[in-house]
Amino acid sequence: MTGQADASQVPALEMRGITKIYPGVVANDGITIDVRPGEIHALLGENGAGKTTLMNVLYGLARPNEGQILLDGQPVEIADPADAIRRGITMVHQHFMLVPVFSVAENVVLGDETMANPVFVDRREANRRIAELARRFGFDLDPNEKVGNLSVGQQQRVEILKALYREAKILVLDEPTAVLTPQETEQIFVLLRRLAEDGRSIIFISHKLYEVLEIADRITVIRRGRVIGERRPGETSEEDLAELMVGREVELTVDRGESHVAGPMLRVAGVRVLGDRGREIIPSLDLEIRAGEVLGIAGVAGNGQDELVQALIGLRPFAAGTVTLDGHDVTGYSPRQMNEAGVGYVPGDRHRYGMISAFPIYDNLVLTSYYRAPYARGLLRDDAAILRAAQEKVERFDIRTPTVTANAGTLSGGNQQKLVVAREFDRPLKLLVLDQPTRGLDVGSIEFIHHQILAQRDVGAAVLLVSAELDEIMEMSDRIGVMYRGRIVATLDGRTADKSEVGLLMATGASDRARAEGATA
Amino acid sequence: MAGIPTFLDSLPAIGYVFQFIGYVLANLPVIAQTTVAVAVPITLAAMTGVMCERSGVVNIGLEGIMLIAAFVGWAVGAAAVGFVPAATTPIFGITPALLIGLAAAILAGMAVSLLHAWLSISLRVDQIISGTIINIGAAGLTGYLNNLISRQSPTGAGNFAPLQVPASVANVPLVGWLINALFDQGPIGITTLILVVVFQIMLFRSRWGLRTRAAGEHPRAAETVGIDVIWLRYRNVVLSGALAALGGAWLSMEQTNSFQPNMTAGRGFIGLAAMIVGRWTPVGAFGAALLFSSATALSSAIVIGPPSGGLGTFLGSVPSQFWDALPYLITIIVLAGLIGRSIAPAADGQPYERESAT
Amino acid sequence: MSGAPSGGDRQRLRQALGDIALLLVGPVVAVALALLVGAVGIALFSGLLPAGKPLDVGLPARAYYALFTGAISTQTFVYATPLILAGLGVALGFKAGLFNIGGRGQFLMGALGAMTIATWLGTSVPAVVEIPLALGFAMLLGAISGFIPGFLKATSGAHEVVTTIMLNYILADVLYWAVSGPLVPARAPQPITINIQDSSTAALPGLPVIGNLGVVIAVLAVPIVWFLLYRTTLGFEIRTAGANPDAARYGGMKPRRLIVLTMTVAGLLSGLAGACILLGNDYQMTPGYDTTVGFDAITVALLGRSNPVGAFFAALLLGGMRAGSGPMQIQAGVPRELVDALQAIILLFLVMNVLRHWLGSRAARGAEMAGIETVTRTYGRESV
Repeated sequence: MTGQADASQVPALEMRGITKIYPGVVANDGITIDVRPGEIHALLGENGAGKTTLMNVLYGLARPNEGQILLDGQPVEIADPADAIRRGITMVHQHFMLVPVFSVAENVVLGDETMANPVFVDRREANRRIAELARRFGFDLDPNEKVGNLSVGQQQRVEILKALYREAKILVLDEPTAVLTPQETEQIFVLLRRLAEDGRSIIFISHKLYEVLEIADRITVIRRGRVIGERRPGETSEEDLAELMVGREVELTVDRGESHVAGPMLRVAGVRVLGDRGREIIPSLDLEIRAGEVLGIAGVAGNGQDELVQALIGLRPFAAGTVTLDGHDVTGYSPRQMNEAGVGYVPGDRHRYGMISAFPIYDNLVLTSYYRAPYARGLLRDDAAILRAAQEKVERFDIRTPTVTANAGTLSGGNQQKLVVAREFDRPLKLLVLDQPTRGLDVGSIEFIHHQILAQRDVGAAVLLVSAELDEIMEMSDRIGVMYRGRIVATLDGRTADKSEVGLLMATGASDRARAEGATA
Repeated sequence: MAGIPTFLDSLPAIGYVFQFIGYVLANLPVIAQTTVAVAVPITLAAMTGVMCERSGVVNIGLEGIMLIAAFVGWAVGAAAVGFVPAATTPIFGITPALLIGLAAAILAGMAVSLLHAWLSISLRVDQIISGTIINIGAAGLTGYLNNLISRQSPTGAGNFAPLQVPASVANVPLVGWLINALFDQGPIGITTLILVVVFQIMLFRSRWGLRTRAAGEHPRAAETVGIDVIWLRYRNVVLSGALAALGGAWLSMEQTNSFQPNMTAGRGFIGLAAMIVGRWTPVGAFGAALLFSSATALSSAIVIGPPSGGLGTFLGSVPSQFWDALPYLITIIVLAGLIGRSIAPAADGQPYERESAT
Repeated sequence: MSGAPSGGDRQRLRQALGDIALLLVGPVVAVALALLVGAVGIALFSGLLPAGKPLDVGLPARAYYALFTGAISTQTFVYATPLILAGLGVALGFKAGLFNIGGRGQFLMGALGAMTIATWLGTSVPAVVEIPLALGFAMLLGAISGFIPGFLKATSGAHEVVTTIMLNYILADVLYWAVSGPLVPARAPQPITINIQDSSTAALPGLPVIGNLGVVIAVLAVPIVWFLLYRTTLGFEIRTAGANPDAARYGGMKPRRLIVLTMTVAGLLSGLAGACILLGNDYQMTPGYDTTVGFDAITVALLGRSNPVGAFFAALLLGGMRAGSGPMQIQAGVPRELVDALQAIILLFLVMNVLRHWLGSRAARGAEMAGIETVTRTYGRESV
């Protein structure tokens, strides 16, 4: 904590009674917050609480129905992002707003270009300014490097460079640590404190309790579009904040129960997987999961997790190696063959692989089984059977919808994910492949899905859990494999693993202890 | 040495290849000039596509835009002949009527582009559907009006003349044919060559280019740094209409002095193929357009003055419809062969919805 | 959540009826507005007609009168026949996320195929043999013409919007070649084919009111395509691949194979369209034999919202306009190309979705078609 913010100061920013109504939902309901110069103010709330909407209002991306924004005590109207930037407000979005095919310099100057003349960009001067900024804040960035080639942590630094280049006074960071390793999180915290000491105001949006306790000078908790309470880190606890955030007492950790691990279920030996452009993403990978066991794969995004998951469910070919499921060689199986062999899959990007938004719920529930009895007789669909099964699943998995004929796209995010779970979990599975299964969901849906996963584990499924959320990995896994540059560089016991050690492995592919013990997969 | 020709003659296919190369070299000045000329409307269409798609808007309506511009340019020029003096400039053969026609063509092209922009950017209609509507409408509207006008069989306003390259320059060894090919073109042709270079530099060096490419790759990122993506796309699409219009005007006012129904004959789509093969860059698209147009130039050279000897007999036996179809065939083959290595702007064709839309 | 199946059925029926009503309103309004705009256009350019008065406000009425009375004839069904078939082809493509602009080429190949059989067999075999053979060969050539762009898209990602247009020109040249040489009878004074009615048994038998057998074929195709799309597992695969190719792949479907299959079937339908109009109405070909069915079929599919039944009614509408356009040109002097312009204006109003502003967003729902967004999404990509 910088602790230099003075309560008597005029707030750098004040948002008063902000109300934002979208069709059918009140996203912000009279929210009032302020932030002082040099202060780090955390906005805590679960997914869907209205944090992002509030920041979109601040950034001119959304127009409030009611309420007022004051900068340095003066009421202002923020028309659009350009206006916000002019007034010294910048935002680091959760999903980086970077153009992958552009260089670092192009990304930084975009919208506020250093010009050689009224038409052409002065690239040399831009590079010089960026290099100087990067040096001042200790960023290791080459202005000419393509952003698409940078690691997630480096990309975030480019986002922050954008703010510094524009000499931002108020800096909003939306879930900045979601994709970072614990070490990178520490680095960003150091940087944020330094920026606050410079007199900048920082709004830090998060749903992670321990983080806001560590970084914030002040914490405002938002639930269902309303401010529920304001706390100072010294006067509160994780339990208190969790209850404020969710509105009821919550288990801070999943009660995962005892795992009853049996014999090996999935064995992956020496597999090699290529990426979209034929680049070798996974050179050689081995792993084993036993029945009734959860293997968590920790890793910074982009280290081959997506390719591994796609290959395991048959969407991507193996260039080499073998996969054995319950004693049978399933190498090179198609998605359908894998499905029939007892593999279930919950994708992180459900809109891509998980569901068809424009189709009714009942069609989505038979996406992988539409061709076989009882849903088909020969080449014909049996709509009656499909509807009956849909009705039953909607009730069993508590999917909130008026009718099974509604399009899947009309469901809330949590219910969409339940729809996927209802389709994939309706039978005993041998292997369950989970790719960020709870990304972006509210706490209730997360709990529901975690319990469903554990139920599958308890009846003997092998579970592969891939997540960029290290907390989820730590909570759910019996063993943790750390993936780095397409390899499993270490496998740790899920109940004894140390978070910072996993983080170090994620970041560098090695840790002192791992090296000492020579532990590899 | 003497044995080799005999040997080649015994292998007709190889012999034909050598005869063919010899034929092309002998007719190079004509073939090269035609290649560049035929590439002009294709290049303009491709640059229309580049300007739209680099900012994220797919425009398959450019075929229709060209057709409308071809018609309007010709019809307005023809109508203006009676009202303006008949003065003609010594180079390019520009007359006031032609200029009025050209201006009308450009305005018409931009107006139709505005319709496409409105449909695809503001109403977020599927961009390929929007383009198709423009193509259908252009064919119908020009056919309707042409049917009405042609009953009075008006004479047009004439056409633009090519820049005459002096024989002394055209005959310079090694490069004379090239200079002749590039500059023995009308004003629209020469303008196109200049535009290719200017547009290439603008796209990759200017602020407009940087922002255009950002809007086509990641419009939300562009909006968060204060760029008005909607306005930028509007501007690009409407401006691109002028390029397509030049392509249409070339057909009815530079290559010919007439309008025929559906006279664009797929050039807009060949232009789109050139854009894809040229990886969404003006210079690349020009290169691809030259590849396609060389097929046309070659076949017209062969039809007009077929080579002698065995090759001539062989080519003479090829139905003339094959030569007509060749440019389209080459387009398909090149497109199918190269597209895997050519990637569209990431947000190409996706309507952009401002977060603040509500 | 409704419990009993019967309640669910009733609810589905109600919803279906409501959907149909909503689906109808948009196109009807679009057609009405387009006719209005067309009337203004006719009056505006009336001065260009021989002996026409400038701004002749009576002309639109006379033109539309001739159009409507001309449309009340057997010819409406005859002209609707290829539109139904090719329109089904385009609609099927839309459902699969494909934009088949190749209707023209596929149609021409179908006509050429039918003409080839008719010329070859002449009067040597009875109609019951020759007609199926002619239709079959037409469907084969049409299917091949559809297969090519489908195959190119599946293997190389070359987008069908470009390849089908290129093929249209190539196939028109193929027809030109065939009809200026191989298909011309030996003693013919000019390049023109036989007349099917006189010199073969391939002519489709005439039928009272509706015209000929081709109409029956087209009408039968509607429930067949509907059944394929909505009652078979293959139809579910096609629709899934169109709405979300990635999810289709995960669901064990093979989007590439479905692309090829769908384009082939679409080509087959367009080929059949060409055969039906040639064997039932045109009978003879010159080298320049051509069609507007390619574009018309797109209008039909869009106006019918990619639904086979919708396409059927849209095809009847357009067939009527085509049938009436001749009388309109003769009686009122208004060029028949008006119909092409009207089509574009109808589509314009359809996609502008004027209803959204009048009736709120619920009415707008009908305009959204699953699959169409995939058409644009695969553009310039390596696809699937």
